[in-house]
Amino acid sequence: MFLKFIVAAIVSGTPLLFGTLGEIAHEKCGHLNLGVEGMMSIGACAGFMTGYYTDRFWIAILAAFAAGVLSALVYAFLTVTLMANQNVTGLTMTIFGIGLSNFIGVTVLATTSSGTLKLSEHIMAQMGNIHIPVLSDLPVVGQLLFSYDPFVYVGVAIALAMGFYYNHTKVGLNVQAIGENPAAADAAGIRVTKLKYLNIMIGGGICGIGGAYCPMIINGGKWISDSVDGLGWIAVALVIFAMWSPNRAIFGSFVFGALRVLKFYVPKSVPVPAAIYDMLPFVITALVLILTSMGKSMGKSQPAACGLNYFREER
Amino acid sequence: MEKTQENSCAIQCQGIRKVFGTVVANDNIDLEVRYGEILALLGENGSGKTTLMNMLSGIYHPDEGRILIDGQQVDISCPTDAMRLGIGMIHQHFKLVDVFSAMDNIVLGTEEKKIKPKILRQKILDISHQFGLEVDPDKKIRQMSVSEKQTVEILKVLYRGARILILDEPTAVLTPQETEKLFAILRSMREQGAAIIIISHKLHEVMDISDRVTILRKGKSIETVNTAETNEKALTEKMVGRPVTLEIERPQTEKHERILDVYHLTVEREDGTTALDDVSFTINTGEILGVAGVAGSGQKELCESIAGLMPVKEGAILHKKQDIIRKTPSEIIELGISMSFVPEDRLGMGLVASMGMTDNMLLKTYHRGKGPFIDRKPNRELAERLVKELEIVTPDVETPVRLMSGGNVQKVLLGREIESDPNLLITAYPVRGLDINSSYLIYDLLNEQKKKQVAILFIGEDLDVLLELSDRIMVLCHGQITGIVDAKEVTKEQIGLMMTGSRAEEVLGNE
Repeated sequence: MFLKFIVAAIVSGTPLLFGTLGEIAHEKCGHLNLGVEGMMSIGACAGFMTGYYTDRFWIAILAAFAAGVLSALVYAFLTVTLMANQNVTGLTMTIFGIGLSNFIGVTVLATTSSGTLKLSEHIMAQMGNIHIPVLSDLPVVGQLLFSYDPFVYVGVAIALAMGFYYNHTKVGLNVQAIGENPAAADAAGIRVTKLKYLNIMIGGGICGIGGAYCPMIINGGKWISDSVDGLGWIAVALVIFAMWSPNRAIFGSFVFGALRVLKFYVPKSVPVPAAIYDMLPFVITALVLILTSMGKSMGKSQPAACGLNYFREER
Repeated sequence: MEKTQENSCAIQCQGIRKVFGTVVANDNIDLEVRYGEILALLGENGSGKTTLMNMLSGIYHPDEGRILIDGQQVDISCPTDAMRLGIGMIHQHFKLVDVFSAMDNIVLGTEEKKIKPKILRQKILDISHQFGLEVDPDKKIRQMSVSEKQTVEILKVLYRGARILILDEPTAVLTPQETEKLFAILRSMREQGAAIIIISHKLHEVMDISDRVTILRKGKSIETVNTAETNEKALTEKMVGRPVTLEIERPQTEKHERILDVYHLTVEREDGTTALDDVSFTINTGEILGVAGVAGSGQKELCESIAGLMPVKEGAILHKKQDIIRKTPSEIIELGISMSFVPEDRLGMGLVASMGMTDNMLLKTYHRGKGPFIDRKPNRELAERLVKELEIVTPDVETPVRLMSGGNVQKVLLGREIESDPNLLITAYPVRGLDINSSYLIYDLLNEQKKKQVAILFIGEDLDVLLELSDRIMVLCHGQITGIVDAKEVTKEQIGLMMTGSRAEEVLGNE
């Protein structure tokens, strides 16, 4: 029972992991992106529809990534080049992304005779839980570590790669300098605009994959409007919970994933209304926000220039 | 002089012109620096010094003219180009990442592939020894003092192999002792063949450190002179374009009454550290009390606690024998205590950057208006009068103040405070970043108030000015008063020692 709970928590936390990693990539280079929800929605739509028409899982993932990159490109153009307000741009991206995704969904639905959109068995098999001989058959460990769908492993791999990128590579150091003090980075000869674009676009792509997870895995390959359902917002808060560390984001996402599935695993005898469980992630998010804003420890706080657009010739 | 003639040219600027919109920032500028010399660049605010230097460091691109490095014509289109050509700029506002270590800041943005921290550390220490710099490569920038940060900035450009150094007002934030140390480093670099351009407003420093001086005025290069063949007065006249007197008045006033008594004032910052530690002093009417101290010694907290903006932990502040500690800022303003605090970013406190002069005047008067509506007219008249009286340069009184130059912003701020007819005027760094002309205008303004029996608390950074303008000087060090001395009977060096913690008794006793 407990083992099942852990497995369910990890599955439910995976889209959060992608969203959080995308947002970390944005904030590390100084951009507070409130458009995660929208970028995830666009990725959800692109991924699902590509999967629906091509029946190829990896192409679907690539499409979700590309759609995320494109939506982030719009965001980057508005905030980096045109220096639009980041909060407003992000919120716009969210509204636009959800709307676009639902619009395409409804349009495609109208073309079907059955009135439902469901991925074929063929592609469902491709993205089903992996099975590694011997390893996956181990008791407990096999189930706990070696028998998830491919998304989970991709997410963890991206998180570890990002951790390495920020802490052990020169480009990562440069990106962090941009997030902390873009003027200093510029004076040091770092290509601020180029790196900002690059990181924002990759971050958007990661968000997009996370979005695709929602209709393809969580909803069991069935298209439902608003499939991302607020996960993007929790991801923004999770960045704070993870204290801007991709490695801690893995842990944070799975904790939040656990909270989301908790209601199915608490014995029926416990007299707590289901609504309380639905509320939990948001309550915890609020608590985390309060706690982190109270204890401000340096180095584990938001990049200093996050949310501020950089204009070289400003005095 | 013969020595410099032998040395080859590092930078030659020929006929440089740069236009921003309709404003000509640089017009036909010629400049020449040789290896093994220190060139001072002198000019008022808005004379185009920083614009010119920004073109050398790749931040702007000239519209016309040629730049030659080592005799070769070059095109510097970004900071990386400048670095490749061996030009390193040390900006007035440090360009350092606070949460990184000195080492990370030094290697930031360099082209090299990742190298072992051990080798890197050694390389940094080698450069440090070569020029007599002192720095701990692993120390975080946010834990450093201002002069340490500057050392890191210098190391940063040296590490990139700069042979041409540009320093933009490097001494503005240093104590006299730290300035001496910096100059020793610069001299050592000159000995080793570097070409150095230093921008400074402080004439005695220009006289002290430079070999030649190039004077800019209104975007044009006026003249280049050998430092040994000129003096402070001649330089100023070339810079301003007309004869000037360099003396700051210290008018004597007659009636001195105690107006503000501060007793055992202790103030804590938000993070729990002590900002002011048992501070006691008195200000009299018709007196300027100067406050000297390294930046961050408690000056800001002193101003703010008197103005009622900061909670006081212990002690009392009596204004005309009335305790004002529990009073709200507006009650304190009603008593005639006025503060014009100009923090490092100039606009942070006191003025709203995006508002025009009229609306900034309004900030202090609107609550006196009757009814729910705002009457802009008297405020516009006031703004227009200030423009005339203080010779403020602005296209319009509705132009946002952030678009005005530093000197003009200061005038707006001080002008508004004086207009409210205070009996105690607190002013911090009123001439920060201002050129000589504007500075003297501000000193005159303050002296005028002093003659009207206003008590003035003047927080300053240029010790020469403090010594000439103030009647008494109070020195702060880590929130404690190390001495309150008569400005006429103390030297700059003694103040400098007190700023770093020596007590007045020790310092003056040695004489």
